Amino acid sequence: MAALLGRSCRRFGFLSSGHGARSVSTETGKSLNLYSAINQALHIALDSDPRSYVFGEDVGFGGVFRCTTGLAERFGKNRVFNTPLCEQGIVGFGIGLAAMGNRAIVEIQFADYIYPAFDQIVNEAAKFRYRSGNQFNCGGLTIRAPYGAVGHGGHYHSQSPEAFFCHVPGIKVVIPRSPREAKGLLLSSIRDPNPVVFFEPKWLYRQAVEEVPEHDYMIPLSEAEVIREGNDITLVGWGAQLTIMEQACLDAEKEGISCELIDLKTLLPWDKETVEASVKKTGRLLISHEAPITGGFGAEISATILERCFLKLEAPVSRVCGLDTPFPLVFEPFYMPTKNKILDAIKSTVNY
Amino acid sequence: MAIWFARSRNLVSSLRHNLCTSTILIKRDYSHRPVLTTSHQLPSTVFSSPFVASLLRHESTAVEKQPDELVLHSDDQEEALQELDFPGGKVGYTSEMKFIPESSSRRVPCYRVLDEDGRIIPDNDFVPVKEKLAVRMYEQMATLQVMDHIFYEAQRQGRISFYLTSVGEEAINIASAAALSPDDIVLPQYREPGVLLWRGFTLEEFANQCFGNKADYGKGRQMPIHYGSNRLNYFTISSPIATQLPQAAGVGYSLKMEKKNACAVTFIGDGGTSEGDFHAGLNFAAVMEAPVVFICRNNGWAISTHISEQFRSDGIVVKGQAYGIRSIRVDGNDALAVYSAVRSAREMAVTEQRPVLIEAMTYRVGHHSTSDDSTKYRAADEIQYWKMSRNPVNRFRKWVEDNGWWSEEDESKLRSNARKQLLQAIQAAEKWEKQPLTELFNDVYDVKPKNLEEQELGLKELVEKQPQEYPPGFHV
Repeated sequence: MAALLGRSCRRFGFLSSGHGARSVSTETGKSLNLYSAINQALHIALDSDPRSYVFGEDVGFGGVFRCTTGLAERFGKNRVFNTPLCEQGIVGFGIGLAAMGNRAIVEIQFADYIYPAFDQIVNEAAKFRYRSGNQFNCGGLTIRAPYGAVGHGGHYHSQSPEAFFCHVPGIKVVIPRSPREAKGLLLSSIRDPNPVVFFEPKWLYRQAVEEVPEHDYMIPLSEAEVIREGNDITLVGWGAQLTIMEQACLDAEKEGISCELIDLKTLLPWDKETVEASVKKTGRLLISHEAPITGGFGAEISATILERCFLKLEAPVSRVCGLDTPFPLVFEPFYMPTKNKILDAIKSTVNY
Repeated sequence: MAIWFARSRNLVSSLRHNLCTSTILIKRDYSHRPVLTTSHQLPSTVFSSPFVASLLRHESTAVEKQPDELVLHSDDQEEALQELDFPGGKVGYTSEMKFIPESSSRRVPCYRVLDEDGRIIPDNDFVPVKEKLAVRMYEQMATLQVMDHIFYEAQRQGRISFYLTSVGEEAINIASAAALSPDDIVLPQYREPGVLLWRGFTLEEFANQCFGNKADYGKGRQMPIHYGSNRLNYFTISSPIATQLPQAAGVGYSLKMEKKNACAVTFIGDGGTSEGDFHAGLNFAAVMEAPVVFICRNNGWAISTHISEQFRSDGIVVKGQAYGIRSIRVDGNDALAVYSAVRSAREMAVTEQRPVLIEAMTYRVGHHSTSDDSTKYRAADEIQYWKMSRNPVNRFRKWVEDNGWWSEEDESKLRSNARKQLLQAIQAAEKWEKQPLTELFNDVYDVKPKNLEEQELGLKELVEKQPQEYPPGFHV
């Protein structure tokens, strides 16, 4: 558990977004954790557009992760409300609301429970604009869902289902890494004229703390960010995994290996150019995610970079990911793509 | 109905089973079944109970007071002074161990206005339909028949890839549309093109969609019959079953929040009621008090699956109450009954801000689609019975004719004009070119992302290099 415990004790100031900092000028904000940053974004979204709605299971009293705290009191129960326990109903209802020109910000309580809504997301939301020849769209739909490991979540409170959704033209998939990023990316997702699936790293809800500007700001979608510059190897990740990768970068540095770390932020449609430019510089690529390795989004990045950087590569692309098992409770420390596994892969790739 | 019941072994056996079961239950008095019938259908002895007598319906537009299985009997009253104070309301106690029966002893009756010969049944409640409206309704029902016939033939000739008729369900299509306001938002299944026809979608527009040409609003991306029109408040059809139901709840909620004098109206077939989205849609609409009219076309068959293989309930109408939704069963082949029921349901939905469920009993006279041969799984005489004896268009025509509003001459003129227009529409639609190739890549998102720009460029280069490998008629 050492690595996991280590993660839960971390603070995330060093992951602050240069990009975000640019877009939010020099204003500094209060120190906030990730769920509070999400909460702030939802307050702004509801305040800035009277035709926006927040709903899902238990969101009325503030939600099981407290992300919707205070919203119903401030904006009323017509705009912030509990729904029946039915994910396909929540997303279907959101599509209908969004198709009428509203912003429907829906919460799926855990990403592990998003599958009953898969049909509504894949067959309905994603194809709404295309199938109608742009007569109709449900671009006002944003689906928020906490994803990923939390140390004790077992099969059904730990999954990272992002790859399923990255196979669906018509939706966008966004995953933030920190409080400041979460606020800016969520506001962009809510205001983006396309349906967005927004996965929130639930491990970071309380653990990640950084200064978050109080005002309304947005961070552009489909733009990756180099959050640590280096020369020997490029590491690509998203969400909570970047914290682990950052630690591996620091340890590798002690051994004289200079790592470049990229936060992809938006997985669909993703920013190939930033990754490509970095790999052309370093000649090596490592991708890491919590989801099972087979069919994971790392495979897509790997294939794309092989196509684009074949002659520049000094070593095979390395993937450090979850195992091809269901997410296991007591074996979580073995299942996870830990710092140790990443560091080991960095060394093998650099010494290939 | 008797003729048809006699033909169906399944139904006969299920009736026997029900009668037998109910006899036993009555003897043992385990259960007190609700009686959801109107006065003239009940034997007089039933009225010995004041509780049942209170069910007498005076107007079809009024909501029937629900018979309550758990209404107290006199010997229960003392015990009922004690109540379980439960979240959501108090619940009375009983010392009698009593299971609610799985179904009523009588099936929920089917509201109708016209008899099989197109005569208005005396003492009936219905919303009057005047000459102008009645004639237009009939014209549209007949036009829908002609359209189905000609498009079906066009598919058989290989001119379009697919088609799906509404034969046998013309009354539900047209009468429901006639009962709605044009501002009501329709979320269709796929066997309701008559609603679109009623709202003014032209035969050319239908043809353009079926041919997937440049004038098709869907830009040729979907199979034939997947119509949609923003102008006419008719959401574009998608093939998955029942997905539109929870969406309708969201649409209704939006209309409610915007204080619009309109409701959402959504259609589904009997098979669709087995989908999870049916449950989601009804439950969300009920809980959110959204103005939604759910219209279920119970046509007996979901492709080859008979309703006896679809559910064990007395159809769909009984499901409304479980969700706290008012519901009515209506003869779907009686245009006046459908019109009255939908109009009343719509009024309730809009003025009271609540969902209403309508089960329209009908029959899919055509095959499921042009990819289906329904004689492989159902009896030809069954189809014939519904096609001839229970034909909704003929029945309505008789009524319109008896009123002196329609003649043989009108009939032949209408059908020959519709036929001519359709043939012209098909010829024109066939000549239109397809959408340019760039439309393959548009509308996935509001703005084309880089990956699609690259793929478009790559594909165009390849097509220009080897045009013989691709179908002609596309502007690259």
